Amino acid sequence: MQHAIEAEGLVKTYGKGPKAVRALSGVGFAVPSGTVFGMLGPNGAGKSTTTKILTTLSTPDSGTAVVAGLDVAKQPGAVRHAIGYVPQKPCFDPTATGRENLTLQGHVYGMPGSDIRSRGTHLLERFGLADAADRITKTWSGGMQRKLDVALALMHRPRVLFLDEPTTGLDPEARADMWAEISGVTQADGVTVLLTTHYLEEADQLADRLVIIDRGQVVAEGTPEELKGGLDGDAVQVELADPGQQEAARRAVAAVRGVGEITADGARLHARVGNGAATLPGLLAALDGAGVPLASVTVARPSLDDVYLRHAGRSFHSADRAGTEVAA
Amino acid sequence: MSATMTSAAPAGTAGGQRGPALRHAVYLTGRSLRILRREPVYLAFTLIQPMVWLLLFGALFERVADLPGFGDTSYLEYLTPGVVVMTAMMSAGWAGSQFIDDMQRGVMDRNLTSPVSRGALITGALAYQAVVTVVQSLIVFGVGLLAGARYDGGLAGVLVVLLCAVLLAVIFAALSCAVALTLRSQESLIGVSQFLTLPLAFLSTVMMAPALLPGWVGTVARVNPVDWAARASREALLGNPDWSAVLGRAGLLAALTLVMAWLATRAFRAYQRSV
Repeated sequence: MQHAIEAEGLVKTYGKGPKAVRALSGVGFAVPSGTVFGMLGPNGAGKSTTTKILTTLSTPDSGTAVVAGLDVAKQPGAVRHAIGYVPQKPCFDPTATGRENLTLQGHVYGMPGSDIRSRGTHLLERFGLADAADRITKTWSGGMQRKLDVALALMHRPRVLFLDEPTTGLDPEARADMWAEISGVTQADGVTVLLTTHYLEEADQLADRLVIIDRGQVVAEGTPEELKGGLDGDAVQVELADPGQQEAARRAVAAVRGVGEITADGARLHARVGNGAATLPGLLAALDGAGVPLASVTVARPSLDDVYLRHAGRSFHSADRAGTEVAA
Repeated sequence: MSATMTSAAPAGTAGGQRGPALRHAVYLTGRSLRILRREPVYLAFTLIQPMVWLLLFGALFERVADLPGFGDTSYLEYLTPGVVVMTAMMSAGWAGSQFIDDMQRGVMDRNLTSPVSRGALITGALAYQAVVTVVQSLIVFGVGLLAGARYDGGLAGVLVVLLCAVLLAVIFAALSCAVALTLRSQESLIGVSQFLTLPLAFLSTVMMAPALLPGWVGTVARVNPVDWAARASREALLGNPDWSAVLGRAGLLAALTLVMAWLATRAFRAYQRSV
């Protein structure tokens, strides 16, 4: 199968000496052409650094990356023609109209005037922005503005589209709307999409394949189904009333029949079980017998959250918080 | 599409890449001018201060021109060319704030992942400042004339004033961009700009005749580009100007313009490396 992106052994360190921060320690993956590929990970995991390298914004200390058949280190100019990039932060010009934004973008890529007009009109219609096209964009809603960011990135018909956290900050309705646009884009434009997200749900919904990145490394790769299928049965999550009883609770749960892998994360205990409904009564009785009071118990089908927990050894949300603190 | 075009950049766009820097600079300048056309109130804001200098300061210090050293001009006539170049400098000091806006939004990242000419991002900003300066200068000079200033220099003199104002504006716009790309915060840019521009205006002959400056101020003024611009402008507006003095100072301004534009380009490269 042809690959639109091939990254191998990407290493990147920011700063020098004792203050150096290793952002990537050997990230590699391959993205099949014409698919949506998810890059999932908590804040500070290395997703942005990887995106910066693949979009020619930054250069790796070592490792190679090929995008649309072009080496990002040797042919950055040609790569820039072949890619479209939607940064995490808004990138439209708020003082211009939607159409003016698209026109300038077309000129930057050297498109002929007639093509700029027809392509611009086509994108505005497709993203439902035609009615607002000649209004100044700072008066648009957040969801419309974000769609314009995506339309700008598609203006010159790129072969690879990078979407960096495209739905962060959108309300649920606008997010659903954006999801629909993203899932249609590989068909409509024949592009390959690299979708960076820290919403597990978003990756699950949109990505054909995905990598999970944690602490500068790829910790898992596959289709969402494969990754979830790699986990046995259901997930039981037990929240303890007293975090100090973690060890006692762990021993009690481990002795229950049908319980597999157990991971502890503060006051929470995550257990893999063959069949949630059948195991739960025994599990509760064991905890009761051991004198461990509970705050809550949930049983769930495996989610990417569980995949993340399994591979990164900590829950996604605690990793996300830790990453945000490091970044801040 | 992805199957047929996986190994080379699209032919149509590659052909359009010859000499794109100038084209890109024109588009980017046009983008900025469109903002100005839509919100001309920004231009009006930049003209409040020069009006205070010209009309209030000019009136308050009217009798200063009675001192020997001012010749037989009125203080308003002496002050007007100086205020024109001072306005050019002060307004250009904010030029870098557009880069900070672009960095704080995703605009800079999007530009740098696009084939836009890197040089055009700088020259576009400088060219915009040059156009704004011409408009500002004509307004300030016009107000000076309305208030009663008269010059024997004619059109050539006015063109020299415009040229000096534009060169000075580009010098400070380039410096402002370099500071913006290095420090990357609006607050630091405001600090640097305030710290630099007002003292430079006073350490010159903009408001006080050369012969009347304290010795050390006169010494500083000799290496102050604001002073070069003010002296060249006043000289060119005389009935019989000393053109060698005008050209000498305009030459210095032009040389410093090139140095500063180079510096801004270097700051831009350093920014790119740090991403």
